Amino acid sequence: MSAISEVFERCRREKRAAFIPYITAGDPDLETTGELLGALASGGADLIELGVPFSDPIADGPANQRAASRALASGTHLSGIFEVVARHRAAVGVPILLFTYFNPIHARGLERFAEQARDSGVDGVLCLDLPPEEAEAEYLPVMRKSGLDTIFLLAPTSTRQRIKKAAAASTGFVYYVSRTGVTGTQGELPENLMKEAKAVRRKVKMPLAVGFGVTTPEQVATIAKVADGVVVGSALVRLVEEHGGTPELPGILEQRVKELTAPLHGGG
Amino acid sequence: MAKVSLLKQRAAADRIGRFGDYGGRYVPETLMAPLDELTRAYDKHRTKRAFKRRLTDLLQDYCGRPTPLYHAKRLSERLGGAQIYLKREDLLHTGAHKINNAVGQALLAVEMGKERVIAETGAGQHGVATATAAALLGLQCCVFMGSEDMRRQRLNVHRMRLLGAEVRPVESGSRTLKDATNEALRDWVTHVRNTHYIIGSVLGPNPFPRMVRDFHSVIGIEASRQLKKKIRRAYPDVAIACVGGGSNSIGLFSAFLDEPRTRLIGVEGGGRGQQLGDHAARFDGGTLGVLHGTRTLVLQDSDGQVMETHSVSAGLDYPAVGPEHVFLHDAGRVEYTSATDDEALAGFHLLAETEGILPALESSHAIAEVMERAPRLTSDKVVLVNLSGRGDKDVESILEEEEKRRAQGTEAEPPRPRPHGDPS
Ligand SMILES: Cc1ncc(COP(=O)(O)O)c(C=O)c1O
Repeated sequence: MSAISEVFERCRREKRAAFIPYITAGDPDLETTGELLGALASGGADLIELGVPFSDPIADGPANQRAASRALASGTHLSGIFEVVARHRAAVGVPILLFTYFNPIHARGLERFAEQARDSGVDGVLCLDLPPEEAEAEYLPVMRKSGLDTIFLLAPTSTRQRIKKAAAASTGFVYYVSRTGVTGTQGELPENLMKEAKAVRRKVKMPLAVGFGVTTPEQVATIAKVADGVVVGSALVRLVEEHGGTPELPGILEQRVKELTAPLHGGG
Repeated sequence: MAKVSLLKQRAAADRIGRFGDYGGRYVPETLMAPLDELTRAYDKHRTKRAFKRRLTDLLQDYCGRPTPLYHAKRLSERLGGAQIYLKREDLLHTGAHKINNAVGQALLAVEMGKERVIAETGAGQHGVATATAAALLGLQCCVFMGSEDMRRQRLNVHRMRLLGAEVRPVESGSRTLKDATNEALRDWVTHVRNTHYIIGSVLGPNPFPRMVRDFHSVIGIEASRQLKKKIRRAYPDVAIACVGGGSNSIGLFSAFLDEPRTRLIGVEGGGRGQQLGDHAARFDGGTLGVLHGTRTLVLQDSDGQVMETHSVSAGLDYPAVGPEHVFLHDAGRVEYTSATDDEALAGFHLLAETEGILPALESSHAIAEVMERAPRLTSDKVVLVNLSGRGDKDVESILEEEEKRRAQGTEAEPPRPRPHGDPS
């Protein structure tokens, strides 16, 4: 069983949803990213999504766009991201999932990317703009061979057939995008989310995480009722933006993760 | 040796949405089902008599098709070689070929029950065309445009607004076409249920590259028929067009793909130098990548970060080229070259002075190539050039550009720094 599957298995036994925070690698710089991985884990992350900055993040809202710009401006390269994971994965102790656009993988070459990811200790890959259809021929076999989990996305527009396809191509878990839109929306959760997420979860028969626009502990608690995992991204990225470059940042992030995970442990 | 028909290969490629190794559909999941829906709608309507009739009527009575084929005698004489024929897409309503596609897709949007259309624009021509089609068909319209392009193409910004469209400035990246496309895609992901995205060139995920091409294929079909009338053969010796995303060129070339006697030449924006970042010549400095939903040649660094581009012409200032062009390049069917900013400006002036036609800066790149080639051909040869748009929109920026050059003595501009380049 992969480390990611084990996380969901453990959470299932503990009768709670997994907490999955997202940050962009290299924001504000890679050294800080190393510290932040530790802070997220100490705060209560069960699994970490680490974003690979890309010049053209079409599925991201302004907060994550700015994070990617900061990361690229500080000279972040894929090789550097692998080094940071290699240095910190063991100490951090929770699985790390790369959250990326396809072009950086394509540029590296599938085989080389997969090998380097695995060797550095990355546990899985979620590629935002690579649907199962485009992944089947080459991407999936290469990732499988390297033992990396492949997570695919589902959206409110996904048809029954597409839900099947994404589930069949995914290992570890499936990621349900809470709304038609980009990352970082603030405000209320979409009205139909609970109903839709429930329906999708019945169909996929594997752990389902829900993300995009989840910002408060109350929202985490709500989603935890219908999902096996809750992803919080931009809300944390905004903290990194606000406190980046200050020595307080890791502590602030850890504290925020504690607040966000409290409802999952019966607190809050 | 049996020659394989490129048109037959194309038909096969269209069915799978992939031109050999290029094309495909690399988009967020949210867009996948809507793209299936669009593909079904397009394939249903493109062969339907009612749809074809409506489109043809609009192209004729509203847009002004067929556009003339004009024998540019004074230009031919001046260059002292081949006979030059201009396909006058510049005379279309709104001033460029872009309206062929905008009207086609807007009609399709109505058929699909969408109430809103969005578009990205660089030169503003596609934005104006989309705003126009939207006004005509009673659709809401929002156009995304980089703020740098809004400055360069101020006139077109006013035109779009007068047509009732919202123009949204895009401030990210180099604030040009690539960034406008990012923002349009983000809007589409968010409003996909009631909105159709009218992509402005043969780019983006399947079915856009083939759909946009089909809507422009009328250019080559007409030109071939007109040549037949004028010179009694339905093909030129050379056909030349500028290549931004590649829509006007593929519209012209499509009619001659299986005509071995016609050389096809696409002209990219050579910008101000050969360094990555200083030009938009994808066939020169590009490598295979995935941008805006399609696998194609992209100007990028070794880490897959897409580079900024430069061209004096906003419509060519884009880091990727339509996937079918890469296929046609590999097949050895189309030759791709580039013209620099300076060469394009020279082309602009030459056409203005010899023929009384102000070409768009994009089209001026094709004229620059004619200046290279025509003198080397004998006077019985025929060169067909797609004059994809008119230059009214560019007058201000040309004055500004030449002012700048005079002030600097030459054209020397400091090279822009290259942000990335993985050392590994
Ligand atoms: C007049 C004109 N020609 C050419 C182009 C380049 O696009 P394409 O290569 O798709 O024809 C543009 C784009 O804005 C344009 O306005």
